[in-house]
Amino acid sequence: MDDLKKRLNQPSVESRQEWVGKLISYLAIILIGGLVGTILVFLTFKGVALFKNNGVSVWHFLSSTDWQPSHHHYGALPMIITSFSVTVLSGIVALPLALVVSIAITEMLPKKIYQFFQPLIELLVGIPSVVYGYLGLTVIVPYLRQLFGGTGFGILAASCVLFLMILPTMTSMTIDSLQAVPQKYRQASAGLGATRWQTISRVIIPSAKSGILTAMVFGMARAFGEALAVQMVIGNTTVIPKNLMESSATLTSVLTTGIGNTVMGTASNNALWSLALILLVMSLAFNLLMRLASKKGAK
Amino acid sequence: MKRLVTGVIVATIIVGLGVGWVSAQKQPPQEKVTIVGSTALQPLTEAVVESYREVKPRTSITVQGGGSGTGLSQVQAGAVNIGAADIFADQQDGIDERKLTDHIVAVSGIVPIVNPQLGIDDLSLKQLRQIYTGKVTNWSQVGGPNLPITVINRAAGSGTRVAFEQVILKKGERSINAQEQDSNGTVKEIVKNTPGSISYISFAYLNKHVQPLKIDGVKPTARNVTTNRWQLWSYEHMYTQRKTTKATREFINYMRTKKVQQTLVEDANYINIHDMKVQRTANGETRVKE
Amino acid sequence: MRPERVDKIATGVILGLAGLVGLIILSLLIYILAMGIPHISWHFLTTNAESFTAGGGIRDQLFNSLYLVVLTLIVSVPLALCAAIYLSEYAPQNRWTRMLRLAIEVLSSLPSVVVGLFGYLVFVLQFGLDFSLLAGALALTILNLPILTRSCEDALRQVPYLQRQAGLGLGMSKWRVTTKIVLPAALPGIITGAILSAGRIFGEAAALIYTAGQSSSAISYTDWNPFSPTSFLNPMRPAETLAVHIWKVNSEGLVPDARAVSNGSAAVLIITILLFNLVARYVGHRIKQRLTK
Repeated sequence: MDDLKKRLNQPSVESRQEWVGKLISYLAIILIGGLVGTILVFLTFKGVALFKNNGVSVWHFLSSTDWQPSHHHYGALPMIITSFSVTVLSGIVALPLALVVSIAITEMLPKKIYQFFQPLIELLVGIPSVVYGYLGLTVIVPYLRQLFGGTGFGILAASCVLFLMILPTMTSMTIDSLQAVPQKYRQASAGLGATRWQTISRVIIPSAKSGILTAMVFGMARAFGEALAVQMVIGNTTVIPKNLMESSATLTSVLTTGIGNTVMGTASNNALWSLALILLVMSLAFNLLMRLASKKGAK
Repeated sequence: MKRLVTGVIVATIIVGLGVGWVSAQKQPPQEKVTIVGSTALQPLTEAVVESYREVKPRTSITVQGGGSGTGLSQVQAGAVNIGAADIFADQQDGIDERKLTDHIVAVSGIVPIVNPQLGIDDLSLKQLRQIYTGKVTNWSQVGGPNLPITVINRAAGSGTRVAFEQVILKKGERSINAQEQDSNGTVKEIVKNTPGSISYISFAYLNKHVQPLKIDGVKPTARNVTTNRWQLWSYEHMYTQRKTTKATREFINYMRTKKVQQTLVEDANYINIHDMKVQRTANGETRVKE
Repeated sequence: MRPERVDKIATGVILGLAGLVGLIILSLLIYILAMGIPHISWHFLTTNAESFTAGGGIRDQLFNSLYLVVLTLIVSVPLALCAAIYLSEYAPQNRWTRMLRLAIEVLSSLPSVVVGLFGYLVFVLQFGLDFSLLAGALALTILNLPILTRSCEDALRQVPYLQRQAGLGLGMSKWRVTTKIVLPAALPGIITGAILSAGRIFGEAAALIYTAGQSSSAISYTDWNPFSPTSFLNPMRPAETLAVHIWKVNSEGLVPDARAVSNGSAAVLIITILLFNLVARYVGHRIKQRLTK
């Protein structure tokens, strides 16, 4: 009798497996959380060194327009403005187009086209940024120069290149989120006599909205952080751009250009890390804003 | 049955790895030398390393880029054996040059280049200065067509830029806030594609798509560099710590031998250090070699 | 306006724009391939790179790219998958979970240069891995985790809850339900995610310059002992990938045929990714068949 009781009270095979499984997944998430935490702390630590050790005030860093690290002028405003405009511009153009392509593929065109299109998108993700940059330099910049005059280098050229770079990621993620909308919704809408466009605009897009926003966040994050391609077409001049065709510099392009030529621990090197920190903070703010927007819309 | 097969395969792999590990331990240890720094010098160093492999197969040398600043800070921190730089350690903020030993391994000529359609192949030093300080903004002011000048500078703090400004600008002058590019290749590509653009690159990177400029009629040749008639040049350095390993010293000595200098260094369009009749200090003073 | 007309106009506009985008994408690919394919030859694929003479190949770089993708996926897919299982099956809906998600997403906007430098300071110097494939794989894992975790989680979430209930109703543990029922159903989505991130690895250069390095040591393809320093399988050797090679040749390449090498490499890279994707899909298909049998 006691024996039976013991066996019944023992954890079953299933519950032991559950325990092991939980352990594995918890370990993975702790590892990732730890990694993310380490990077964030590392970056914060490096990023504030300029303000702590080199006596540059945060406000001055954010508001001054003169960036000449070799002469101890650290003003990041031009890069902040340029980074922001480049990202928003490419995002604004890429999002609707990604959405349109995804709708066409999931709602209108036969499945065959999707099967052809999907590997194409995956190929585009794998093209190195240098190749995009070179393409921008030899095709897009000369074209823009003919069209608008000037040198051709600038925010517009960078946005064009970034648009090409983020479109695949955004499209592929948008397609995923549209496909996740249950088939029942479409049937119900059709059953009520709605046209296809009514179904798309009033049923499918609203219910896939959070997924579409995520696609936008990821796409724009890529644009925000891209350096090698942008560096080749934006011109890298640290001035506040007066128009879209004037050569200017983004946070990442200045960071990439300068990091190899400075010595760790010096003010000029710390200033570059501060740029990275600003990038992180801006992308955090942007992310939160998107979340807020999607929450408000969901009500 | 299936499990047995899987088990045998796994066991074989484990035993194989174990045998491999043991046999790898038995091999005589390799001497490792790590070189980090100037990306521009990297192709040359790689070629020298390749030929050194036949001389000393037991020394394993890793050549990595990362930029002169990275090279200097890493050799100072003792993380690597050699820091390759195209800049004097004294010219770099945050480096204590007294802790390091400078080995000059090549000389690199620097040449101003313009877009070939411009039709200009000679400028005076003064004109170059006026262009880079922003006093001249149109090619017509220096005898060219009516076309705005697109100035392309090199990345701040890079060796090429420091050497260029030392010669072209007067003390205390600053170049205008212009486009900045990091690498010889990108600069060349931009000048080739942009009408009215001017920049400067190392001799080694010249090709027919860009127009090299004479300065005050002097041609950018290796011979003119050795006599300092062509003043735009800089040393390629390999910095080591004061006390370094034998393998490191041996490699640097090999790179400085007459044979390597006459073959690989000259083949790559750098200038043989033994040909130099002048020498230059970190603050730009040049005098005839004793 | 009548809804039918609106519908027709909307359909036309959407299809037209989608066609335009498709055209842009196609012409981009064709342009890159057309520029590169003339330079591809057996010699190009099977010889070593040259330092400053023409006629160098990309043998080592091509192999390194493939090997690095495999190594990175071995590290990052299980990690991302387990994390995704936690997020979709176990995570409580609270502030911590939301913060974790946010942190992972923010990670995706880090410039790859920063990830590369972090990898250099932590993996290469601190962990003493030196410039090596392993250090490169770890840095790329950081770069990949956000998008991989996200797509795994989405794939898991899309499995209808009904299927989980069926399993739980049979008395299976949650873990068993996840691995035996949810995972096989979510496999296509997970594979798509893995392929996308493999593409990113193939194309990444900036993060690798400081971690896997931008030059290869001499390696031999007959040495199958992964612990031997000259073996092509040794994960502790420095290795230059194809994307890094393209970057290097473009920025500081001394070879006179830099343009040709770069264009050829880009085309080879695209073809490699295509082949890799086909193989990955086939393998995924086979795994799914076995799991659902």
